[in-house]
Amino acid sequence: MASVFEYAPAPESRSVVDIAPSYGLFIDGEFAEAADGKVFKTVSPSTEEVLSEVAQAGEADVDRAVKAARKAFEKWSALPGSERAKFLFRIARIIQERSRELAVLETLDNGKPIKETRDADLPLVAAHFFYYAGWADKLDHAGFGANPRPLGVAGQVIPWNFPLLMLAWKIAPALATGNTVVLKPAETTPLSALFFADICRQAGLPKGVVNILPGYGDAGAALVAHPDVNKVAFTGSTAVGKEIARTVAGTRKKLTLELGGKGANIVFDDAPIDQAVEGIVTGIFFNQGQVCCAGSRLLVQESIQDELLDSLKRRLSTLRLGDPLDKNTDIGAINSAEQLARITALAERGEAEGAERWSPACELPGSGYWFAPTLFTNVTQAHTIARDEIFGPVLSVLTFRTPDEAVAKANNTQYGLSAGIWTEKGSRILAVANKLRAGVVWSNTFNKFDPTSPFGGYKESGFGREGGRHGLEAYLDV
Amino acid sequence: MSEKTEKTEPRLSVFKTYKLYVGGKFPRSESGRVYEVTDSKGKWLANAPRSSRKDARDAVVAARKAFGGWSGATAYNRGQILYRVAEMLEGRREQFVREVADAEGLTKPKAAAVVDATIDRWVWYAGWTDKIAQVTGGANPVAGPYFNLSSPEPTGVVAVLAPQESSFLGLVSVVAPVIATGNTAVVIASERSPLPALSLAEVLATSDVPGGVVNVLSGRTAEIAAPLAAHQDVNAIDLAGADEALAKELEIAAADNLKRVLRPQAVDYFETPGIERMTAFLETKTVWHPTGSLGASGSSY
Repeated sequence: MASVFEYAPAPESRSVVDIAPSYGLFIDGEFAEAADGKVFKTVSPSTEEVLSEVAQAGEADVDRAVKAARKAFEKWSALPGSERAKFLFRIARIIQERSRELAVLETLDNGKPIKETRDADLPLVAAHFFYYAGWADKLDHAGFGANPRPLGVAGQVIPWNFPLLMLAWKIAPALATGNTVVLKPAETTPLSALFFADICRQAGLPKGVVNILPGYGDAGAALVAHPDVNKVAFTGSTAVGKEIARTVAGTRKKLTLELGGKGANIVFDDAPIDQAVEGIVTGIFFNQGQVCCAGSRLLVQESIQDELLDSLKRRLSTLRLGDPLDKNTDIGAINSAEQLARITALAERGEAEGAERWSPACELPGSGYWFAPTLFTNVTQAHTIARDEIFGPVLSVLTFRTPDEAVAKANNTQYGLSAGIWTEKGSRILAVANKLRAGVVWSNTFNKFDPTSPFGGYKESGFGREGGRHGLEAYLDV
Repeated sequence: MSEKTEKTEPRLSVFKTYKLYVGGKFPRSESGRVYEVTDSKGKWLANAPRSSRKDARDAVVAARKAFGGWSGATAYNRGQILYRVAEMLEGRREQFVREVADAEGLTKPKAAAVVDATIDRWVWYAGWTDKIAQVTGGANPVAGPYFNLSSPEPTGVVAVLAPQESSFLGLVSVVAPVIATGNTAVVIASERSPLPALSLAEVLATSDVPGGVVNVLSGRTAEIAAPLAAHQDVNAIDLAGADEALAKELEIAAADNLKRVLRPQAVDYFETPGIERMTAFLETKTVWHPTGSLGASGSSY
C-alpha cells in the first residue's frame, strides 16, 4: 500500500550522549580491566557501527566482584532503611535527569526505536527505583514478618531486550532490601549498565554495593555458580534458566527465573476490533517482538477472522521500519546478527511446515539487522511457530470457535507468562482470565507494565515475581 | 464345654492389610511388593505396600484429574472439607495415638500430644483457605487508568516427600498447606513409619476430600521420588523427607520442567507454622483491565 503521506526524517540527536572508546568492568566502585585483559566490541544493530570496546569479565573478575559485594554487604545491610531509601531516591532522580541521554544510548546499543526507550523504558526505569526506594524503610510492613532480613550478595544476569529496564527490575528491589549486587548485562548491550555505574557514583552509593560485569555466558555461569553468592536472579531463555536451576540445586541459594513465553492474545467476536488491532500490534511488534511476554499467538474467533485480519494487515502496512533514532520509527533493528538468523530460520520453518506468510511492503535498510513485521495464517497448534518462542516480529494466527476452545489452545504450551483477552463482556473476561495459566493477563489492553505490579510466569516461564510487594520476597530471607 | 475353652484362649486379633491411596481408591501396589514395618524396638507391625514407578505415575494421573475440581472449588468449601478431616481425626484419635506411639516409639501421653497437635494443625489450615488470597494478593495502584489485581492460584500437582521422623504431625504439616490452597498432592509417606499416613488416607476417604486430591504412597522414598521429580506433569515438589544427597539429585531432575522446589529445612512441627508452606506452591496472577477513568481533572460531581 502506497503511503498517503511521506514523512520527513526526524532523527533524535546523538549529541546528548558521549560514548567513550572503551569501558572497564565496574568493581568495588572503580572501573577496571578484566584480569585476563580480554575485551569485546559492542555494535549498533541498526548500522553495525562499533560503538565501544568493553572489558570482558572472566571467572577471576567474578570472584573479585563477589568479594567486593560481600565486603560492602556488611555496612549496606546495616544501614537504616531510611538511608538506603535516600540512595535509591537519588538514583531515581538522576535517571530522570539523564533520561534522554540514556534513551539515546539504549537505542544505539540495542536497536529499538527511540520512541520506546524514551516513552516506555526510561520512565519505567526511574519509576522502579522510585517505587522500591519507598519500600526500603517499610519492610516490616511488607507482609513478610517483622524485621525481614536481606540474603546477602545477589548475582543477577539480565538479557539484551530491555537492558536498562531489566537492570532496574533487579537492582532496585535488591538494594532496597539491603542486599548487594553483582550484575552481568548481556554481551550485545552492556553500555547502559556501565552508564548506570556512573549514576551510582554520582549518587554517592558506597563502593561495592553495585558491581557491573559486562561479559558473555561464561561470566554469567561463573557468577551463578559462585559459592559466595546467596541469591541468583536471571531473566532470559528457558534453556539457560533450566541450566541455572540445575547449578543451584543442593545449595541454599535463593533463585528467581523470568524466562520465555508464547503468549496468547485471544480476540472474541464482540471485541472492539480497532482497539484489539492496536493491542495485537503492541503485543507482538513492540521492541520487534523481542519481548518474553509478547502476544506471539493470536487466537481469533473464527467468525471475525477475516474482518480482523483485514484490519490488522491494513494497520501493519502503516508501520514504519527504519532508523531507530528517528522519532517516527515504529520498528527498529533486531538486536544482533545471531538473533536475526534465529528469527529467519524459524520463519522459514513456518513456511516449510505450510503456514501462510505475509508481510507488508517494507524496504529493509542495507546495513544492520532487520526483519520485516511478519504474520502467519493457517497456523495449527502442531506448527513449530505456534510452539517455539521466536523472539522476533512474527505473529502466528490461530482460530477458535468457543471460549473453552480458546482457553484450551491458549494453555496448550510449556510456557505461562502472559495472555490477552479482547471482549466487551466483563463476565467473559473474568471467566477466561480465571482459567488461563499465565502470570499476567491483560484484558482489552496489552504489554502494560508498572513497578507496583508483580510480573512473572507459570510453568516453564520461570518462578518468582518481579515488581510490586511480591518482588521484595525474592530478596528477603522468608 | 467348648464355649468355656474358647473363653480361656486369648482372642486372635485381626490384622489390617495396609494399602495405597490413589484416586480415592485403596489399591495394592502394582508391583505386588510389600516391606516389613516394625516399631522402634524391631517388633513387626505390618507389611506396607512398596510402591513402584507405575504407582507414582498413576497417582500423578489421579492428582491431575482432581486438580480442576479442587482448585475450582470455593475457598469456603475447601475450608469446610479440611475442617471435616479434623472432625474425622478426632473420632479416630485413639487409633492414631496407638499407631503414632508404635511408629515413633513414644509413650501414650506423648503420642496423644502429637495426635492432638496434628488435629489442631488441620483446623489451623482449614481456617486459611479463604484468607490466603487476602494476605498474599491485592490491588496494585498502577500509574495509569487500569484496574490491576494480583491473586494467588495453586500451582497444580505437588509431589510431597513427607518428613521421615515425624510420621503423623510432620506429614499433616506438609500435606495440609498444599491442598488448603487448591493444589493436589502425591504424598510419599515416611519410609520407616508409613502406617499413620496410610491410616490417614482412610480418614481422607471418608471426609468429603474428593478422590485424587491427596494420594498416599508408601515404600522407598528415593525410589518413588525419582520418577515424581522427573515427571513432566508434576508442577512442584516438597523435599521435606529427603536427605541432602537425595534432595540435590531430585532438585536437578526437577529443573527439567522448572518445578517449584521447596528444599528440606529444619522445622519444629509443634510450632505454629508460617504461611511459607502455602506460598511455596502458589502462583501470582495479575490481571489488567482499562478503567476508562479520566483522572482527577476529567470528571466532577
